[in-house]
Amino acid sequence: MSGAVATVDFGDRSVLPIQVSAMAARSVTRLIRQPAPIIPSVIFPLFLLAVNAGGLDSAVNLPGFPTDSYITFAIAFTFIQAAIFSTMNAGQGLAQDIENGFFSRLVLTPMRPSALMAGQLAGLVLLGQFQALLYLAVGLAAGAHFEAGIPGYLVLAALVSIISIGFGGIGLIMAIRTGSGEAVQGMFPIMFVLLFFSSMALPRNLIEQDWYRIIATVNPVSYLIEAIRSLFITGWNAEALALGFGVAIVVAILSITIAAGSLKGRMLT
Amino acid sequence: MASSYFAPAWAVAWRYLHNLYTKPAVLIPGLIFPLFFLAAFAGGLSSIGDAPGFDYYDFTAFQFCFILIQASALAGVFVGFSIAADFEQGMGRRLMLATTHRSAIVVGYAIGAALRLGLVWVIITVVSLLAGMEVHGSGLNIVGIYSLAVLANIAALFFSAGVALRFRSLQAGPLMQMPVFIILFLAPVYVPQKLLSGWIEPAASVNPVTASLNAARSLMAGEPSGVLLAYGVALGLIALMGIWAIRGLRSAETAG
Repeated sequence: MSGAVATVDFGDRSVLPIQVSAMAARSVTRLIRQPAPIIPSVIFPLFLLAVNAGGLDSAVNLPGFPTDSYITFAIAFTFIQAAIFSTMNAGQGLAQDIENGFFSRLVLTPMRPSALMAGQLAGLVLLGQFQALLYLAVGLAAGAHFEAGIPGYLVLAALVSIISIGFGGIGLIMAIRTGSGEAVQGMFPIMFVLLFFSSMALPRNLIEQDWYRIIATVNPVSYLIEAIRSLFITGWNAEALALGFGVAIVVAILSITIAAGSLKGRMLT
Repeated sequence: MASSYFAPAWAVAWRYLHNLYTKPAVLIPGLIFPLFFLAAFAGGLSSIGDAPGFDYYDFTAFQFCFILIQASALAGVFVGFSIAADFEQGMGRRLMLATTHRSAIVVGYAIGAALRLGLVWVIITVVSLLAGMEVHGSGLNIVGIYSLAVLANIAALFFSAGVALRFRSLQAGPLMQMPVFIILFLAPVYVPQKLLSGWIEPAASVNPVTASLNAARSLMAGEPSGVLLAYGVALGLIALMGIWAIRGLRSAETAG
């Protein structure tokens, strides 16, 4: 029995796109073949949106509330919640590879760390885009307004992608450093704290408690939520969008840089 | 007779508490989560108390009642995790071999959960009082609130024990946690029931947690209403979940 063997020089810089696409295809295939781990990260944000939209609708009667539709206000939180949940998915996927020995076998190949990371994150970006489209459709069907229109959707998609990469990078750092899916899951409460201690439920200027408002102000998640919210409520708010993109890009650069450093270290051990 | 029943129950309770307090990673989330929700809801949403139609006297007290019931129910769910872990590691089978009255195993876990819950209550109550919560209810009213929380704990415990005994694996964790989480959040969490709008309003009106929550809030305000209904619903739920747990026990016995 004979078979053709592809002879590719993986040390060659030109094969990087091949490596990235191979890892990305694996990540996306795993996502499609094993939807169970991602179903909660898609459904749970919608459930919280539904509960909050019904339970907090009377907040629109507060003086200074920026819209008369609470679902329009609250839907931004859904996108960020989903992106933060994807932190767990990214970390869980890589931790699983480390635990079951796939990563060790990969280290024996000339696979570049950047290709491995890009591949892992590709599935996340795809999931982020699917979630963005789904949440927008559900939100609009439930009565939310999207003031920014079709160009706004493109901005929303771009921001969601950067946020997915940034928080996905945090998941990768946890997975690489601990090599344990259980430890990655242990990050969940910290991520939940970041979400809840933000301007998710009320605008920062309407938060009565000073200590809470200060935490929400220094919490970068508030600016991500407010950027997406601005697309829904005001349409085009340059300040909110600049802050949102700025925070997302900084988080993405920091997390990917740290993850790359950690990955090199693990590949050498 | 009673001692032959309660001796293994106490042993299971002691083992449960010993494991809990020697493993901070298991103990701490159960203590931190209620505090986190208390801070997030009572702190972050306090201006909701100024919304037109929100006529409760104190927003922290309003949220305290929910957090107390939520923490009590989730403490019951955490016991389900312990039962599942014990069966996964083979300890559950050994416990069943060593016990004449196997329902004493579930009772033992329930005693352990009640003692653990005491610590959670102390922390939530002290933090709420330090945060300025006003209590308008009498001593008897307060006993009534904590009694409702106990009933929520027992119902959730029986539910999660029933799931744990059927699946005997920690992989069933989401099946224990998610239904309880969902039913808790389908109650009037943020505002009084009359201010709910949309689909959540009918959902809350048929949710058994709503009765407990409304009664607890009325007791906290010193103006009891719907208390008998809340106790009746909670006891009915416990009876149903008790049957569910006992049948789960039989399922575990059959599986050997």
